[in-house]
Formats: sequence, C-alpha cells, structure tokens
Amino acid sequence: MDPESGMGERVRHIILQHGRLPTDIQALEDHADLYQAGMTSHASVNLMLALEAEFDIEFPDAMLKRSVFQSVASITDALERLQVSAA
Amino acid sequence: MSVAIDVDAGFLNGIRKIADEFAAVNADDVDRKARFPVEALDALRADGALSALIPTELGGGGISFEAVAAACFELGRRCGSSAMVYAMHQIQIACMTRHLADAPWFEAYLRDVARDQRLIASVTSEVGTGGDLGRSNAAVTPSRDGNATFEKQAPTVSYGLYADDLFTTLRRTPDAEPGDQVIVLTHKDQMTLEQTGTWDPLGMRGTSSPGFVVRAEFSTDQVLPTPFPIVAGESMVPVSHLLWSHLWLGIATDAFDRARAFVRASAKQRPDQVPPTAQRLSHLMSELSLLRAEVNSALRDFTEASATPDRERLSTMASILRFNNLKIAASEQAPRVCQGAMAIGGIVGYKNDTPFSVGRHLRDTMSAPLMIANERIHERNALLLLIAKDV
Repeated sequence: MDPESGMGERVRHIILQHGRLPTDIQALEDHADLYQAGMTSHASVNLMLALEAEFDIEFPDAMLKRSVFQSVASITDALERLQVSAA
Repeated sequence: MSVAIDVDAGFLNGIRKIADEFAAVNADDVDRKARFPVEALDALRADGALSALIPTELGGGGISFEAVAAACFELGRRCGSSAMVYAMHQIQIACMTRHLADAPWFEAYLRDVARDQRLIASVTSEVGTGGDLGRSNAAVTPSRDGNATFEKQAPTVSYGLYADDLFTTLRRTPDAEPGDQVIVLTHKDQMTLEQTGTWDPLGMRGTSSPGFVVRAEFSTDQVLPTPFPIVAGESMVPVSHLLWSHLWLGIATDAFDRARAFVRASAKQRPDQVPPTAQRLSHLMSELSLLRAEVNSALRDFTEASATPDRERLSTMASILRFNNLKIAASEQAPRVCQGAMAIGGIVGYKNDTPFSVGRHLRDTMSAPLMIANERIHERNALLLLIAKDV
C-alpha cells in the first residue's frame, strides 16, 4: 500500500467530513489511531457509511470492527482488499 | 476433558450448597435491611469461588466460563443480590484473565486474588458522561514521584465499601480524549472513598451501591496494558450481559417455581379438578422457556466466538448487536415472568412472608432494564443496524 496514493487522500477527505475529529486529520500520520484522536463510535459508523457510498462497496460483517477503522492505513488497506476481491 | 467437566461439576455442587445454606437463608433479611449479603460472600470466599475463573497456573480454580455462568444462575435462584455481587466480581476477573497480555503486575495480582479471595468492584459509571461506559472524564494523572493518581465521581459503585480492590475506567492521560480509556486496578489501602449518596432502592438492595468520590494513588503498573475499548468490546460488555442474564434467569426461575408450588398446593386441596391457575402456569412456562432459550444460545455464541483466533468474531458489529439483544430481551423478559408468577399466586404471591412470595423477585428483576438503560442500547443498535449486514 502506498500511503501517498490517491485512495489515502480520498480516505482522509472522508474522515475530515465524517470522522468529527477534534484534531486536524492532515496532522495525523497514516498509522495514527483515530479513536485515540477522538473519533467516537458514533462517528465511526458515519464514516463507514460514507466510505461505502464513496467507493461503492459494502464492508462484510467480518470487516466491521474497530481495528479495521482505526487508522487511515487500516482503512485504505481494507478498501484495497475489497476492491481487489471485487475486480 | 472429563477432568475439566468433573472440576466444573464439583464447583457447581459447592455453589448450590452455598446458595441453599447461605444465600437463601439470608435473602429476605438482606433485602429488608438493604445490607450486603455478607454470609453468602463469606461462604463463597471460604469455598475459593472468587477465583474460579482464574487459570490454575495462576492459582485459580480453572473453572470454565459456562460453569461460572451456571453459578450466577444458581445463586440468582436463591438471592438476586448475592448473585449480582458474585457476577460483577467475575466480570472484573474475566476482563483481567482475557486481556492480561503477560503483564507481570496483573499475573501477580491474580495470584493474590486466588490466595486471599479478594473481592473486586468496578467504577465504570461517572457523573457527567451520560451513562456512557465508553467515555471518561477522570484521568490517570502523573504524580511527582513517578506514580499516578485519579479522582473519579461515581454515581454508583456496587458493594464499593465491601470490595478489597476497585477496577476503574479512566482517560489514559489528562490530555486524552474521553474515549481514549484505560482500566486501573487499585487496592483499598491506596484509595479513599467519600460516600456521596444513600442506597435505598426498589430492588437488588443487597448490592449496596451508593455513589462515591474515589481518590487513588497507584503505580503505573496497575494500568491494564490492553486499551479499555478492546477490553469492553471483547469482554466486559458481553460477559456482563451474559452473567447478568444468567442471574435474572435464576430469579425468574425461582419465581416460576414458587408459582408452580402454589398451583400444586391448590391442586392437592381438590385433586379431582385442574385448578384454573394451572393453565396460567402453562402460559408462564412458555415465557420462561423463551428467556432460557435466549440466555443459553447467547452463552453458546459467546463461547464459540471466544474460541475464534484473536476473538475476531467478538469485535464485529454483528457480535455487539447479538449481545445487546441478549441484554434487552433478558432484562425485559425476567420481570415479565416474575409478574406472571405474582398473578398466579395472587395475594399470597404479593405478600412478603409466604412460601409463594415473589415481591423480591419482581423488584430485583425490575433493575435489569436500568443496568445500562435499554433505551441507550436501542440507540446504539439503531446506529449499528445502518451498517451491519447479517444480524
């Protein structure tokens, strides 16, 4: 996974809109913990819905867990796995 | 395998004896005086039952989770408050044994629990967080000598004055976000408890749960290494819902047994007629069996999910929904069964001093929908249902 990829930027943009972080998402590293940065579980569900809409995918239940949505890197990784399997 | 089953069976025999000889005998007095069930807890200590869930290599009983759940059921049949104290203690033990991460301080602590049969209470609720377990105001605050302190305003601490140790959720640091929580184990001699309220509730009166301001000074080794959100999701929440549900089922089962005893007593007076209450008992049996089925299937789901690698399945939203549903269903069904039992017994069920009294059962189970308010759980489920697929 390339952290500079377009997908990483799109993910950051969606986190900015829906993650309701009290801190600046651009100041966080790809592996920084979004929950520690203040993302609530409520906001994380909104983020999941927004990601499903943006990338036109559905997260299967096995992926709907805290660790998958913990960082920009883990989200990008999950999206890549889904798009690879969909291709 | 058969050795493990024998160990579980021996443990449960001991629990049934304690339930009959100590919990049942004192249940009405505990309820009337809203006092801690000291006799049952002393007997559980003497039996080594407080360390049942601790693995044998750490000096514990090595009892299965299923057997401990059954113990909560058995105690619930005789005294709801004793069962609740036992269940809450075991919830804290389960959180530690399942998330130990080889931390030497916690391994040594669990050995102490097994040796000294220490009783652990939890301080999770906090004034100003709106009852949300996943948020804290109080924080682990570094002190000058390399130790740490906290001050937490807790609206209720069950059996706080009777516990040897407290397990307290806190923000990781004074700068951390409300959801960035850890859980800290502190000893009585490291704390002061300033009582801030009284305890004169409708039911579960023996749990002795007034509010406190808790202040503690402790070593940073006493912070459980696994972050609290993971402990909560994989253990504290599902284990709480399972053990509580088992004891609610126990209370409802005893209410049903008392109603049945009443119906049989009526039948013996006129052996040539089926008493009208017998048919109502049949309806009540259906209600009780629904409760039992939900509790049993949830226990099976939990044991299976706990056995998946990294307990992966327990951290999914589908799993959160599953155990939230257990809590809602069991907490609504248990008082319903108790109320049905009271309707069968009529005035002798309503009175507090007959063999068919179920007032305490009804009052105790009415606490169930409030322990983590069901409406709050529905609110959370509503959100999760937007994204979860198979539920």
